This record gives sequence, C-alpha cells and structure tokens, in this order.
Amino acid sequence: MPGFDFSNHTRNAALHARGVPLPRATSTGTTIVGCIFDGGVVIAADTRATSGPIVADKNCEKLHYIAPQIWCAGAGTAADTEFTTALISSQLELHSLSTGRKPRVVTCMTMLKQHLFRYQGHIGAYLVVAGVDPTGVGLFTVHAHGSTDKLPYVTMGSGSLAAMSVFETKWKSQLTEQEAIDLAAEAIMAGIFNDLGSGSNVDVAIVKKDKTTLKRGYIKPNERTKKQKSYIFKRGTTAVLNEKIITKEEISKYVTVQELDGGETVLGEKMDLDV
Amino acid sequence: MAMFSQNPLMNGPNYSFNQAPATASDGHKQHGFYPYTDNGGSTLAISGADFTIMAGDTRSTSGYSINTRYKPKVFKIGGTTASQNDATIVLSVVGFAADGEALKERLDAVVKMYRYQHGKPMSVKACAQRLSTILYGKRFFPYYVTAILGGLDEEGKGVVYSYDPVGSYEREMCRAAGAAASLIMPFLDNQVNFKNQYEPESGAGHELQEREKIPLPRGEVEDLVKDAFDSAVERHIEVGDGLQMMIVTKDGIEERYLPLKKD
Amino acid sequence: MNHLPQAWGRPRDDVYGPYDSSYLQNNGPNQHTQQPIVTGTSVIALKFKDGVVIAADNLASYGSLARFTNVKRLRKFADTSVVGFGGDVSDMQYLDRLLNSLDIDEAYSSAGDTLNAHNLHTYLSKVLYKRRSDFNPLWNQLLVAGLDGEDMPFLASADLLGTTFSSPSLATGFGAHLAQPILRKVAPDEETAAKLSKEDAVQSVKECMKVLFYRDARSLDKYSIAVITKEGIDLKEDEKLEQQSWAFADKIRGYGTQVN
Repeated sequence: MPGFDFSNHTRNAALHARGVPLPRATSTGTTIVGCIFDGGVVIAADTRATSGPIVADKNCEKLHYIAPQIWCAGAGTAADTEFTTALISSQLELHSLSTGRKPRVVTCMTMLKQHLFRYQGHIGAYLVVAGVDPTGVGLFTVHAHGSTDKLPYVTMGSGSLAAMSVFETKWKSQLTEQEAIDLAAEAIMAGIFNDLGSGSNVDVAIVKKDKTTLKRGYIKPNERTKKQKSYIFKRGTTAVLNEKIITKEEISKYVTVQELDGGETVLGEKMDLDV
Repeated sequence: MAMFSQNPLMNGPNYSFNQAPATASDGHKQHGFYPYTDNGGSTLAISGADFTIMAGDTRSTSGYSINTRYKPKVFKIGGTTASQNDATIVLSVVGFAADGEALKERLDAVVKMYRYQHGKPMSVKACAQRLSTILYGKRFFPYYVTAILGGLDEEGKGVVYSYDPVGSYEREMCRAAGAAASLIMPFLDNQVNFKNQYEPESGAGHELQEREKIPLPRGEVEDLVKDAFDSAVERHIEVGDGLQMMIVTKDGIEERYLPLKKD
Repeated sequence: MNHLPQAWGRPRDDVYGPYDSSYLQNNGPNQHTQQPIVTGTSVIALKFKDGVVIAADNLASYGSLARFTNVKRLRKFADTSVVGFGGDVSDMQYLDRLLNSLDIDEAYSSAGDTLNAHNLHTYLSKVLYKRRSDFNPLWNQLLVAGLDGEDMPFLASADLLGTTFSSPSLATGFGAHLAQPILRKVAPDEETAAKLSKEDAVQSVKECMKVLFYRDARSLDKYSIAVITKEGIDLKEDEKLEQQSWAFADKIRGYGTQVN
C-alpha cells in the first residue's frame, strides 16, 4: 500500500497522553538562502544538523538534487526534507520523460506545495526551490503547510533572520554571478556565527541555463582545533573479561568465506583518526 | 518566515528545566510568569596535588541566540579589594545566570564578613558548608544553578566541591557541570580518575590491575581542560566562544583566557 | 530572547504547550503582571572609540495595533548614561519615575560624585531581579549605555528575570535576531569597538534601524538615537529613516505560478 503507515497512531496517542515523549527527530536547525543573479540562481546552506542541543552531524548536505537544473535547500526535519525532495525529484523526472520536456521550476514548486499541503504541516519540510528552465530563472520558498513565496532573495530556517540581515543591507538588483555567490555565502556565515542551530561550513550551488555547479564546503570557517594531548592508549589498557575465537571453519557454516589472493591487506574506507 | 515545526517535542533547544505543563486541580492548565531561564554553557573543575583548576566557557545563550560571547561563569570569592586579587576561593556557576550572579554575590559577602569578624580568611571547607546552607535556604524557590567551589585545603592540596541546585554537595577530584556535563564528565572519569584503564599484562580477566591513580601535573590538566572544551564545542550548540580558566595555587589565583570556536 | 515581548519570561509554547487564558477570572488570589500590554520593540546599541550609540523607534504597540507613534523609549540619566527600554511601556514609565527619584536623591545626598552607567545598570538589574523573585516582574528588557567610573564606554543589558550581560554591541527583542548579526560584524570584540569611529558607529546603527523597519512588523520609521561621549549626551528624538528602498521585487508577480 502506498503512502504512510498510520497503524501505530492510536497506540502512540495513548502513550503520549501518559507522558511518553516522541522520539527526537534530527532537525536541520539551519540557515538556507537563495539569490537570483543575471542568468541564473544561487542557493546556499550551512552544514549543521542538530538533535535538541546536540550537534548530530557537523557536515551534512542540505542542498538536494531535484533535476539537473533544479536544486533545493532544505530546513526543518531532516528526514522530511530528504524524502520530500527525493519523492518530487522522482515524480518530476517521470513527468519530464512523459512530456518530453525539461522540468520547470514552477512544476516542482507546485508539486511540493500540493504534497505538503495535503499533510497539513506534519511533514516538517521548509524548502528553498531554485532552478533554471526554458521559461527562465525561478526562486521560491515552500513552507511545511504548503504556502509559497517568490522573491529575488530568500532565507529560511532558524538562521533566516541573521541571513536576511545581510540581504537587507547588501542586496542590489542585477547582481553578477560572483556577487550573488559572495552575498549568499556571507548570509550563511551570518547564520553560522549568530544562530546556534546553524554551524560548520558553507555549501553553495550555482544553477545556470546549461550548467549546475555544486560547491560542497565552499567556505570552511570552523575547522576542528588540534587536540593538546594524545589520547592513544597502550595496547592492553582495556580489560578482556572473556574471549571467544570463531574459526574460519565455524563461520563457514553461516556465510561464504573467500580467501583473498596474495595475502594483501584490503583497506576499508579510510577513517579520520586522532593521533 | 516560520522557523520551527509546531510539534513541541521535535524542535527547539532542550532546556535543562524542561517540565510538563502544570495542571491545576480543576483540570485547567495555568501558566503565569516563569521566573527561570537557561543561559547554557558549561563549567569544569579539576583538583591536583597542589592546585585546582576551575574553568568555564564564556558564551551566554537564550534559545537559539547568543546573548554575548563574553560572560564569565567563574568568580573569585572573598577578596578584600574590588579586583579580588587576594582571593583564595573560586566559585563557578552555570544554569540560570541571574541566580548565579545573586548566589555569587551572597557568598562573596558572607566570606568577606567572615574575614572581618574573625580576622582570618575563611577555609574552603567552611565556605563549602556555608554555600550548601545558602542553597538549601532557598529549597522551595531554588537558585537554578549548578555550582562548583574550588581552592586549596588546610594541607595545601587542591580541593573541589560540587553542588546540586538545592545544596547537596560532596568533595571530588573533578566535576563537569552545565549543558555539556554529560559530554565532558565521562571523558574526565577516564582521563583524570583513569576509569576503565588497566595496567597492560598485569593479570588476566578480573585479575587485571587498575591503572594507578596519580594526581596529574598542572600543565597536563590545563591541556585536558582545553581538549574537553574543544570537544564539547564540537557537539553542543550552547558551548563556545571563549574559555576562562582560573588556576588556584599557594601563590594566588592565575587567570587565563583562550578562544573557542564561535559557530 | 524571543522577539515577541509577550513571550518574554514565559514558558515557550513549543516546549511547554500553549498558554491558557483561564487566569482572566477576577476571583481568587491577587495577581501580578502576567503579560505586557502596551509594548515597545527593539533597542539597539553599539560601543565605539569614545562612547556608545543607542537607538529605539518611537512606537508603542497594543498587540498588533500601532497604538502610540510618538513614545520616547530612550531616557537620559545624570549626563553619563542613557537607558533604552523594550517591552511593557507602563513598566518603563514606572522605572522612569524610579530613576527620577534616584536622580533627585543623588543630587541632594552625594558629595559631587554622580552615578555612572555601570552603577545605574547594577541598580536596575537588582530592581528587576527583586521583582522577578517576588513573582511580580517588570516586563522589560533594557540596555544601559554610557560611560563607566573610568570614563570608558559602557554597554550592558538587563531583563525582567534579572539576567545581565555586556557586549560591544547589544540588541533586544527582534533586534537580537536581525540587528546583532550586522553589529557583530562591525564590532566583533572590544578591541575592534575601541577603534571604531563615531561616524561609522552611528551609520551602522541607522542601517540596523532600517533593516528592523523592513522586517519587524511592530516597528516604525520614526526613531530616537543617542550618542554618549565624554562631551555629554546627544539625544535626538525625532529622527526619520532615510533612503528606504522597497523596490526589490518590481519584476516579480504573485507568489507561485502567476506570470503577469
């Protein structure tokens, strides 16, 4: 059956009435902005995701792909922004395939608002939609309840006022591409340093008629400071209370074991290690 | 420009004073003026063989905003001059800043009065007991703060007393308090009290010898404090901007300020 | 702090659930101030090389109604300080009267030495903290700007809970969200503020007042601004925002798919 599963709703309502709180969803506290320039549009975002007062992710990606020339910045509940943009991206691609035309920003915006309106704000996605299509440049905000707005510069998220203060002092019409990028980045920086829900790096996406550039980590003003001390423990520091060795023969009963040729060591994905 | 979803439990900063809405006997919810707020931040104290380090970040917050990047949480107590340069006791307070300020000033006045009445400075032990009494005195309208008192004991050893908001206290080797206490304290347990650290190859299984507890030298403790705060800043949104440290030795109180990340 | 004065000192709706107005019954125990009625919005201030500049608009709102449009929210004290009031206007007027009597007492009793901005801030924050501890708050957030005992620039805040803090730049209410990011860029720390010229400081504060008027629905383009230096207080109470620009979306039609 398509759509959401509400089968736990009655149970959860009963639990909630007895004072059991809802689990805390990861929220992208967030500063996101968008700004139109001559021949394109730029959107930018910070990279902090929070769970209450705890930083859940220091470098998350808040710029979402919708179509090659339509991108979205998301604030609000992380899962909602992720799934809503993915869903609309998929529907838009099918729509584009069936019509044989490039997807339009207004189509994307309309699909998003109709989807969000249907769920009456329970899908906590606050989005900045930006893109270029055959009709020109588009920049919109879409709120979780389904309302939209169309402006030459927009901000959203908990850092929206900090970011807006930059636009309201520095924005002018007919910006060049570089001016728009700089302005958007500066707006995000205002959010990063003045809003506790925002932090870490600045991500930027520049959408033009035939080229989209995603600049992940465009500015990194918050690199982690080096530790004063080394926290490497002597081998054997942790107590071993019991030990069980599973041999290759034993494990072969459950999974297929394959010997690597030449005995070379295979490295997994490299991890950041404190030294 | 709606910023948060209306769902009460999904968003907004987590207040230390979080509580369910009060329900009156007639079943109506009643909300009036709420006299408390949380100003965020964290404090930390570690005692050594002949010194005590008290530290706190200098950020003051309300909600998602920064009030200021420089609001000290660590204070000298009971000096005879305005600059408190001859003080020997240090108090740190974190939680509701206005109560913290009021508590600091009351304790300072008490310690000063003691000196004038007895002609000698108050011992940390006596001051600690007195602080407990002050806090318990407001048992039913508490000072919403977590206090830590530090100094040198009668033998010249470093001493740290930690408190709950209504005056329960104990002497400890080290203590972290405030917003990031739950992030810092386990680190301290491991690095100061060597919890979960064993002497390699000193035995098998439960026979393994625990790593010997030796008081850390001052330099190492200072590094530990900086590292603890740098890490707390990475993962707690209410901690940052600056690190204020006070080091109590027999020669007096040394004050240091180090920058922290500001995002 | 939340930019809605109604929410100050009150449990946040999103944390504690919505406010219940059942307190409005007039029987039962005597009641203290539970919410501000006529309110002023942001106050902003910035330190510079040899003083402080402070500003607030001249509006007093009654809920969403722009009720009084010529209310002066900056108040001089003893030639060295200016207090800027945000929040409840009747509580502001009470504090104004309190400060007047304090000023008179000082003029008669003290030996030539007047209270400086630092003393004044300490006094006001103790009044506010006492009142919150009596569960009878004065519903304000104030900025005290002026010179301290050493004639150095002084700027600090105090609110209805008695919370105090100081910074090179400060803003109350909506200004904390919209003006502070701008002011913090001008003066990120005390060292930078100590190099800032008076002209630059005044310019930045005026710019902030404009941004606040653009985005704060409870604001006005008529405002008061005061510059406090060793030379004295220069208070102007009938300023008007200059060079406003509302033509930012002249080519935009509608909010969605509309094109013409």
